[in-house]
Amino acid sequence: MMTERVKKLRDQSLQAVPRISPERARLVTRFYKSGEAVGKSVPVQRALCFRYILENKEICINDGELIIGERGPAPAATPTYPEITLHSLEDLDTLHNREKVSFQVDEETRRIYREEIIPFWKGKTNRDRIMQAMSPEWHLAYEAGIFTEFQEQRAPGHTVLGDKIYSRGMLDLIGEIRETRTRLDYFNDPGAYEKNEELKAMEIAAHALIEFAGRHAARLEELAAGEKDPARKKELEHMAAISRHVPAHAPRTFHEALQYYWYVHVGVITELNPWDSFNPGRLDQHLFPFYSRELAEGTLTREQATELLQCFWVKFHNHPAPPKVGVTAQESNTYTDFALINLGGVRPDGSDAVNELSYLILDVIEEMRILQPSSMVQLSRKNPDRFLHRALKIIKTGFGQPSVFNTDAIVAELVRQGKDIADARRGGASGCVESGAFGTEAYILTGYFNLTKLLELVLYNGKDPRTGKQTGPETGDPRDFKSFDDLFAAWRKQLEYFIDIKIRGNNIIEKINATHMPVPFLSLLIDDCISNGKDYNAGGARYNTSYIQGVGLGSLTDNFTSLKYHLFDEKDMEWDELLAALKNNFKGSEDLRYRLVYHTPKYGNDDDTADQHAVKVFNAFYEMVDGRPTSRGGTFRVNLLPTTCHVYFGSVTGAMPDGRPAWEPLSEGISPVQGADREGPTAVIRSVSKIDHLCTGGTLLNQKFSPSFFDGEEAIRKLGSLIRSYFRLDGHHIQFNVVDASTLRDARKHPEKYRDLIVRVAGYSDYFNNLGPDLQEEIIRRTEHAEV
Amino acid sequence: MSKGLLFDIKRFAVHDGPGIRTTVFFKGCPLRCAWCHNPESYRKQVEKTVNTRKLNGRTYREEEKVGEWMTVERVMGMIGKDAVFMNESGGGVTFSGGEPLMQPVFLEELARACVGESLHTCLDTSGYAGNDALQRVFPYIDLFLYDIKSLDKERHRRYTGKSNRLILENLRWLIKMRANIRLRVPLIPGINDREEDLKALEDLLSEAGSSVQGVDLLPYHKLAAPKHKTFRGEYAAGNIQVPEGSAMEYIRQRLEKHTNVPVGVGG
Repeated sequence: MMTERVKKLRDQSLQAVPRISPERARLVTRFYKSGEAVGKSVPVQRALCFRYILENKEICINDGELIIGERGPAPAATPTYPEITLHSLEDLDTLHNREKVSFQVDEETRRIYREEIIPFWKGKTNRDRIMQAMSPEWHLAYEAGIFTEFQEQRAPGHTVLGDKIYSRGMLDLIGEIRETRTRLDYFNDPGAYEKNEELKAMEIAAHALIEFAGRHAARLEELAAGEKDPARKKELEHMAAISRHVPAHAPRTFHEALQYYWYVHVGVITELNPWDSFNPGRLDQHLFPFYSRELAEGTLTREQATELLQCFWVKFHNHPAPPKVGVTAQESNTYTDFALINLGGVRPDGSDAVNELSYLILDVIEEMRILQPSSMVQLSRKNPDRFLHRALKIIKTGFGQPSVFNTDAIVAELVRQGKDIADARRGGASGCVESGAFGTEAYILTGYFNLTKLLELVLYNGKDPRTGKQTGPETGDPRDFKSFDDLFAAWRKQLEYFIDIKIRGNNIIEKINATHMPVPFLSLLIDDCISNGKDYNAGGARYNTSYIQGVGLGSLTDNFTSLKYHLFDEKDMEWDELLAALKNNFKGSEDLRYRLVYHTPKYGNDDDTADQHAVKVFNAFYEMVDGRPTSRGGTFRVNLLPTTCHVYFGSVTGAMPDGRPAWEPLSEGISPVQGADREGPTAVIRSVSKIDHLCTGGTLLNQKFSPSFFDGEEAIRKLGSLIRSYFRLDGHHIQFNVVDASTLRDARKHPEKYRDLIVRVAGYSDYFNNLGPDLQEEIIRRTEHAEV
Repeated sequence: MSKGLLFDIKRFAVHDGPGIRTTVFFKGCPLRCAWCHNPESYRKQVEKTVNTRKLNGRTYREEEKVGEWMTVERVMGMIGKDAVFMNESGGGVTFSGGEPLMQPVFLEELARACVGESLHTCLDTSGYAGNDALQRVFPYIDLFLYDIKSLDKERHRRYTGKSNRLILENLRWLIKMRANIRLRVPLIPGINDREEDLKALEDLLSEAGSSVQGVDLLPYHKLAAPKHKTFRGEYAAGNIQVPEGSAMEYIRQRLEKHTNVPVGVGG
C-alpha cells in the first residue's frame, strides 16, 4: 500500500501544472554576460555555465520527500535552453494557449524574455547555427515534411547510464580525469590541447555537482533544525548526511544509490535539454546489490525500499519534457520525456538477470500508475514466464506500461553493429524502442524520415503536390513506367537523393554540436569519454551511432501493393483514373477508393503479395543508410519508430493509392495501417517479422487488445506465448493498448472524468486528454478495430 | 488427394483447446441446434451470402461465397504459418464445424498430416457420426472436445433434430479407448440447465472416470441471430434467455464438487 507520504507527493505531482520557469534562461544569460566565459575554451565555458546554474538556482525540497532535487524551482516548473533554441514572445503565447501539451507563461516570464533573454540570444542560438548551415535543398525537404531534424530544438543525448556511479563517486571520476591529463602527450598527439580543455571542463562539472548536493545538504540541515516532528527531523538529518556523501563518493546504501542517480539526472537535464532526458536504465540490476545486502543486514526493509522507489518515481513525473514548438512539437507532442526504466534481461555473462527487485519494481510501477518514468521489461528466452506474466498483469490494467522488449534481439542487434557482447548485454532499449549499449554508447536520433511521401513525389514526377514545388529529382511521368520495377527504382532514386541530403545535414550538425555544444557533465558519465579526453557530442563515447528513423512502413507497403496489384498485375485500373482520384482526394472516385481499401491485399495479414513490399522497402532503406560514417567517427543506422510523427507526416501527405485520404495519419512503427489487419495477431506478427529486425536499432509494434483478451490466467499464458513467439521470430518490441473504444469515446466527450486515463500511443504512453484530436481519433479507431 | 469443404480457417483461436491454435471449420452438420453459433456450417455445400460494408457514407453490398473445397496440402500451408505460435504455446490445430466427422476421409488425412508436422490436434465434435468415422480419425486426435447438448433423449431430439443415442455410444467408446476428452456443454437456460439435466451430467461424469479431463460450460449468446436469419431463414432460439453469470458459477461449482475434474466457463 502507498504510504501517506507517497500519496501526497504523487497527488502534488499529478496536480502540478506545467509552466515555464525563466530561472535557467536567466542564469545562462547572466553567465554569458558576466565576462566569465571570455577567453575560455568552449568546453570550459559550458562547464562554468553549468556550475553557475547549479550554484545559483533555487533549491527545492518538497514536504515529505525522501529523494530530492528539481530541475526548476518547483515540480513541473520547466526551464528553457536559450543557447539551444530561443522562444519568441509568440512562441511563449503558443505554449501558453495551445490546447495540448501547454505550458503556462506568466507576465514576469514574458518580461524577462522580452528584456533579458531575447535581446541577448536573438540570432545566436544553436538552432540559428544549424539552420544557417543547411543547404537550400535541405530546407526545401524539411519544409515539405520529408524529414525532421531532432537537434533543431534539443540537444543530442538519447543515452542511458550504465553502472559506473554505483561504484564510483564524482571524486573518483575526478581522479580518473587527472590521471588522463597527466598522460596527455603534447609531443605526439595533435589533439592534446583539446583533450586537456575537455578534461578540465569535466572536472569543473564534477565539482559543480558535488557542490550542488552540498547546497541541498545545507538546506536539509536548516530544515532539520527547524523541524518540530521528531520523525521528519531524523529523516532530514539522514538525508543531509546522504547528500554530504553522494555524489562525491560511491553510494553505500539503497537510498544513497537512488539519491546519487537523481542528482546526476538533474545534472544532465540542467546542462542542456538532451532528448529522452536521461535514464538509469537497468535499475533492478544496479540496485540489487544494495538491496540484497541491506535486507540481509537488516538496515532496509522491503517496505522502505518500495517507498524510496515510489518517491524516486515521483521525481521523474515532476519533470515534463522541455517545451517544444513547431515541427519538433508535432513529431514528439507529449510531456513525456522518455526515461525508460529497463527490468529483467540478461547479465553481462549472459545469464538470467531477473531478480527479486525486478518484481518489486513491477509492483511499484503498478501501484504508482503514472506517466513518467516509462517502464519496460526486457524478456530474454532465459527469463522465467513468471516475470512475463507479472508484467502482462500490469499491462492488462490498461495504462500502457510496461512494454515488452526482446533482449536476445537487442543483444544481437548491438553485436551486429560491432559491439562487445558484454557491453551489448549491459544494454537495453531507451526512448521509444532504441537499442543501446548503456553507459558506453552515444546513440543519437537525427530525425524521422517520411518514406511514404517519397512515393507521392514519384507519382508527381518529383513535385510536391501540396506546395507545387519541385522538391525531389524528376523521376519521370509515372504513366511511362514499363514495369513495377521501374516504379520501385524511381522511389529508390528519391530515397537516395533525400537520404544524401539528410546525412550531409546530419554530419554538419554533428560538427556544430561537437564544436559549440559540448556536454562535459554528460561526458563524465558515459565511457570512454574520460579516457579519450573527448566530449560525448564529439565522439568520445566507446560507441557512436546516429539513427535515421523510418516512418510509414505499413502505409508505403500498402501503397506499393496497390500500385503493383491494380496497375501491373491485375491491370484493372488505369494510371489516369488513379492519379485523377488522388488529385481530387477521391472525391467522385469513391468506388475506386472502395476497391483500394477492400479489394487489395494489405500488409499485416501474412500475405506475401503485400508483405514482400515491406521487405523490399526496408532493405532499400537499410542499404541506403546502414554503415555510412558520421562526422564524429560513428556509424549511421536505421530504426523504425514514429513517436507522434506519423500524424505530422500524414498531415503533409496527400491522398495515396492505398485509399488513405489526404492529410490523415500514416501507419506507425512497423504496425499495419490502422484497421488493415484482419487476420488476427499471429498474422500481424508474421507479417512484421518478415523484415530483419536484427539489422535495425529498434522497431515498434503496437498491438491492440480489448480488455476481454486478458481475462483469466489462461489468457495471460496465451498472450505470453504470443510474445515469446514474436521474439522467436526476432521481433524487437511489442506494446499493448488495453482500453475499450466506448471508454475512449466517453473520455473524449467528458475529458474531465478521465484525467488519469493513460493510453499507449507509439513507443510511449500518454494521458488521453493530452493527445490532439487526430491522435485521439486514431486511438479510438485502433481500439474499435481490435474489438471486432 | 481428397478435398474437404471448409467455411473458415481461424488463426489465433484461443478458446478451442490448449495454447494458441488454428481452428479449421468444416462445413456440413447433421444437427440443427436451435442455439447454434455457426449456422453457416449446416449445409454441406457452397453457399452465397451478401456482405455489407460502408465507406464514405456509401453502402456496398457484395455477394460472397461461404465454403470452399480445399486440398489437405493447401490447408496445411495455412496451418503451418502459425506453427511457431503453436510450438511456443503448447497449442495446435482444432477441427471444428459443422461436424468434421461428416468428412471422415479428408479429416483423417488432414489430422495425420498435422501429426506428421508434430502439431497437437483437437477434434471439436458433436459425436453424431458413425463409429467407423470416429475409429478412422481416432489415432490422429490428441484431444476430443466432445459436445453434450442434452442427456434427455426427447429434448435432444426436439432441440437438435436428432437422437442422442449415437452420441452417447461414441462417447462410451472413446472412454473405453482411454481417449483424452473434454466435455463441452452449451448451457441453454430452460433447456438443459434443469435439476434433472445437471444430475444426469453428474452421473455421466462419474461413469466416465479419468478419461474426461475437464468440462467447459459454454454460455449461450445471441450474437449468431443475424446469421440464423441468413442461413436458416429464422432464429428458433429467439426466446431463450442468455444465462446469468451467477447461475453459470453455481452450476460450475456444483459440477466441480461432484466430479473431481476442473470445470471452466467458456471454451
